[in-house]
Amino acid sequence: MIDREQVLHVARLARLELTDEEVARMAGELSDVLGHIERIDQLDLEGVAPTTHVVDVPNALRADEPAPSLPREVVLERAPAVEADGFSVPSPQA
Amino acid sequence: MKYEPVIGLEIHVQLGTRTKMFCGCELTFGEPPNTRTCPVCLGLPGALPVVNARAIHFGLMTGMAMGSELAPRSVFHRKNYFYPDLPKGYQISQYDEPLCLGGRLGDVRIHRVHLEEDAAKLVHVGASGRIHSSSSSVVDFNRGGTPLAEIVTEPDLRSGEQAREWLTLLRTTLRQLGVSDVNMEEGSLRCDANISVRPEGTTELGTKTELKNMNSFRFLERGIRAEVARQIELLESGGEVVQETLHYDPRSERITSMRSKEEAHDYRYFPEPDLVPVRIEQAMLDEARGAMPELPADRAARLEREHGLSEASAKQLAFRAELGDFFEAALGSDGDVPAQPLAHWVTGELVARIGDSDPGDSRVEPVALAALVGMVERKEVNQGGARQALDCLVADGGEPRAIVEAQGLGAIGGEDELSGVIDAALAANADAAAKIQGGNEKPMGAILGYVMRETKGRADGGEVTRLVREKLGV
Amino acid sequence: MTATDAVAFTAAQAVDALARGDLSAGELFAAYRERAAGEELNAFTWVAEEAPAVQDGPLKGVPVAVKDLFCTRGVPSQSGSRILEGYRPPYTATVVENLERAGTTLLGKTNQDEFAMGSSNENSAFGPVLNPWDRGRVPGGSSGGSAAAVAAGLTPWAIATDTGGSIRQPAALCGIVGMKPTYGAVSRYGMIAFASSLDQAGPLTRDVTDAALLLGHMVSRDPRDSTSIGLPEAIRLPDARRLDGIRLGVPEELSGEAEGIEPGVMEAFEATLRVAQELGASLETMRLPHAEHGLSAYYVLAPAEASSNLARYDGVRYGLRSDGSDLVSLYTQTRHDGFGPEVKRRIMLGTYALSSGYYDAYYGRAQKVRTKIAQDFHEAFERFDFVVTPTAPTVAFGLGTKVHDPLAMYLNDYCTVPMSLAGTPAISIPNGLSEGLPTGFQIAGPAFSENAILDAAHALEGAIGFDGSRAFSRGGMPSTPPERGAPGPLGL
Ligand SMILES: [Mg+2]
Ligand SMILES: [Zn+2]
Repeated sequence: MIDREQVLHVARLARLELTDEEVARMAGELSDVLGHIERIDQLDLEGVAPTTHVVDVPNALRADEPAPSLPREVVLERAPAVEADGFSVPSPQA
Repeated sequence: MKYEPVIGLEIHVQLGTRTKMFCGCELTFGEPPNTRTCPVCLGLPGALPVVNARAIHFGLMTGMAMGSELAPRSVFHRKNYFYPDLPKGYQISQYDEPLCLGGRLGDVRIHRVHLEEDAAKLVHVGASGRIHSSSSSVVDFNRGGTPLAEIVTEPDLRSGEQAREWLTLLRTTLRQLGVSDVNMEEGSLRCDANISVRPEGTTELGTKTELKNMNSFRFLERGIRAEVARQIELLESGGEVVQETLHYDPRSERITSMRSKEEAHDYRYFPEPDLVPVRIEQAMLDEARGAMPELPADRAARLEREHGLSEASAKQLAFRAELGDFFEAALGSDGDVPAQPLAHWVTGELVARIGDSDPGDSRVEPVALAALVGMVERKEVNQGGARQALDCLVADGGEPRAIVEAQGLGAIGGEDELSGVIDAALAANADAAAKIQGGNEKPMGAILGYVMRETKGRADGGEVTRLVREKLGV
Repeated sequence: MTATDAVAFTAAQAVDALARGDLSAGELFAAYRERAAGEELNAFTWVAEEAPAVQDGPLKGVPVAVKDLFCTRGVPSQSGSRILEGYRPPYTATVVENLERAGTTLLGKTNQDEFAMGSSNENSAFGPVLNPWDRGRVPGGSSGGSAAAVAAGLTPWAIATDTGGSIRQPAALCGIVGMKPTYGAVSRYGMIAFASSLDQAGPLTRDVTDAALLLGHMVSRDPRDSTSIGLPEAIRLPDARRLDGIRLGVPEELSGEAEGIEPGVMEAFEATLRVAQELGASLETMRLPHAEHGLSAYYVLAPAEASSNLARYDGVRYGLRSDGSDLVSLYTQTRHDGFGPEVKRRIMLGTYALSSGYYDAYYGRAQKVRTKIAQDFHEAFERFDFVVTPTAPTVAFGLGTKVHDPLAMYLNDYCTVPMSLAGTPAISIPNGLSEGLPTGFQIAGPAFSENAILDAAHALEGAIGFDGSRAFSRGGMPSTPPERGAPGPLGL
């Protein structure tokens, strides 16, 4: 179960702005889903190894050889705000 | 009460690979902003990381140099947090299965070494160019994704000075390995310190603070000293150390808290599903072992053993590899020059003149220093003359014998040359001569002074003393 | 040849007609372009103006529709999300490159649930896709646009992605063939990620032969995707007509009305089992003891990975940026405005499941359940060639009927999620009608058994003789009167 305070905490971690209405709805919906999910609590999983990759893949390493980078115009073309040949953002600690 | 500082370091070293950790963008320093980026290191939708094999190779070499346990399998995790210099919203970093565990370098135990990717560069634009007063920042992703080795030590250091010395050893080791150029000023080595103090004689650790990003060896030493002093003062005045992250400002020498209004970090680590675990195969270990050069500690031992150097001298040469290289080049250039005085000249006189810079970059040729030390040994020039000759070598380079001759620095050592001057000195200082004859050697200085004045310092003091005694029959 | 004749070919037939010279690539492209540009199902988010240059290859001149989330250079690719409004990538996904190299031409991008999160295609910034069998119903999701476009004959075929059923379930609901290959068979490079450890691209086609043909050209071991391995043997065109000696396992957990499977769907399923027996297959009821926990594990793992995969949409480098007075409000406002409700829900769920104090209970446990489910399949495939189930518990449901009930919506994936968690391949083929709407039959095999699955599917397909022409003949084209809300009439 998840309450309003937890919803707000998680939303902060996820950098999501939620309206009051969304917070209230989210608490109910997430609680429902978590209630279903919590059925896995019944399983005995003692000594079971967690999956990280379902298919056994051999080492996938890349040789340290340069590949072409993108031209800067292309890189900045999609940016919402550009300044001094870079991506402009409000200062993190302003 | 006396307090003992307890210090551990966390060092991020940029590895000297040709390309980034997870993409093929070339790593070259000083390119125009955002010209070394691609879908992967910009975190474009759909792009995927692929591990750079050489970064693993360098990581293994680093672990071997420290005698770490090398993990047979190592896993990358995602460390999730939002910051403009982090394009994906997470950093790919090793978490609970790092590449290297344990080990030791010098007197300090290593906790772990793991690999991760560097963040991009955030340039703060605004009136003062300083973070607190600027209104906007600009992100340059050229640096983003550079491979980093994060080296974490156990809390085995006890002072800022020791931390600085140890970091010098680390730098030399990494340079010797060829895994990094380890340049603190260019940011390829960055160091944070975990600092606490405890009453001397106790073993329980005090509350620690984390001092961030000291960007030179000098500031590291000073920053630690200042933080240790702050903590002791706090405890002595009845206060308590709070666990927090601190920033040291070398200009004001002040320490400020970096705590912001944001809540505590919750990095939500989980295994990076876009990468498979790295399996360390025997061939990778063999390749790393085959690439291992002689390391500083081994070199020090060899210099002691092969050349009879003192432990201190050998360490000074080995732990600053460029000094060791210069010494060995000089020794090799002249089969006759004895090793011990040569070592003293390198670590003493030469270092006094060139400071922290590499003697290989100076105007002094190794063969020239060897020749100069040879002349001193053969008493062709005395210490003072040789020091003056070295001044000239450092300033203009050249060949020592020519300098000594051109500037008239050669020793006047033979009986023939000195006899007349000594006679004159004895005549001019008859009282002194009488006292010496009477068994009181104190006035010898006056005689020596006269001779030195007359020979412009070129006389060999020992020889002069011997001749005076001979002439006076004592 | 008329345009109607041209679009009546399956892709494999079109390849032959093009080779024979009965049809030109330009004609074929124009015929489909006209249908795709004029469709009323909202299946396409972008349609090519003209045929791009064709590369010489075995599929030379056959158009393909591509789910919006595949990056295509210079062409809109926004994974159905507002947060990528106007985004045109500077590079193309490996699988699309592979298909272009084989000679296909990009016809258009197809609608989908936002970031592939959904089972009804109602979570799209472009609006819902309508089911060509009944425009009042959903086509399934998340690859609803691709599935509807194939079913309605707006494209010869399409590629899409499947994370927990996103190819198989819409294939079932639209009466076409959809296959999720073994995890790692197809490169994920350039696929806008939903859940990295589960996402896998596959074909949506009119028949099994086309599925094999398309999949064969999608597969590759891609050095840009560390988790890709390709397939150990090339995909063959299936030719099996019989199922002699084939052992089919019918898991109790995934094939009963108790599990929420509609009676009509069960009827069709059982009819297909009888067909399989007639073709020589043996049947046995068996158990996948942990399969019933698949949804729980899936709805921890997929949102957890998604919460991290979607952290990059922050308004800094591309896509939408909302005004923020400071950095944090720029982030939070951009993400508030850019993400739809289902995406927000999953980001919240995933962030919660990974957060300090909850990781072990949720993420850690779910990964262990995943291990158990994979073991269940592993053991099953020691006794059976295939595990068969209904693909989706229900036929296509009405638009808007489940969108406000997440749990009910999530149950759509009940039969498809276990295979996704196990990384094993599975196909859905149409196997009949219930209430005049198509049902799907799922065949799952061990990792890398794609050829065997395709053969079995081909044999069944021939014996079932499903007729999808109703959706095709009326689907999507303006000449068809809209029939929102009402179930379609039986027959043609
Ligand atoms: Mg780090
Ligand atoms: Zn790059």
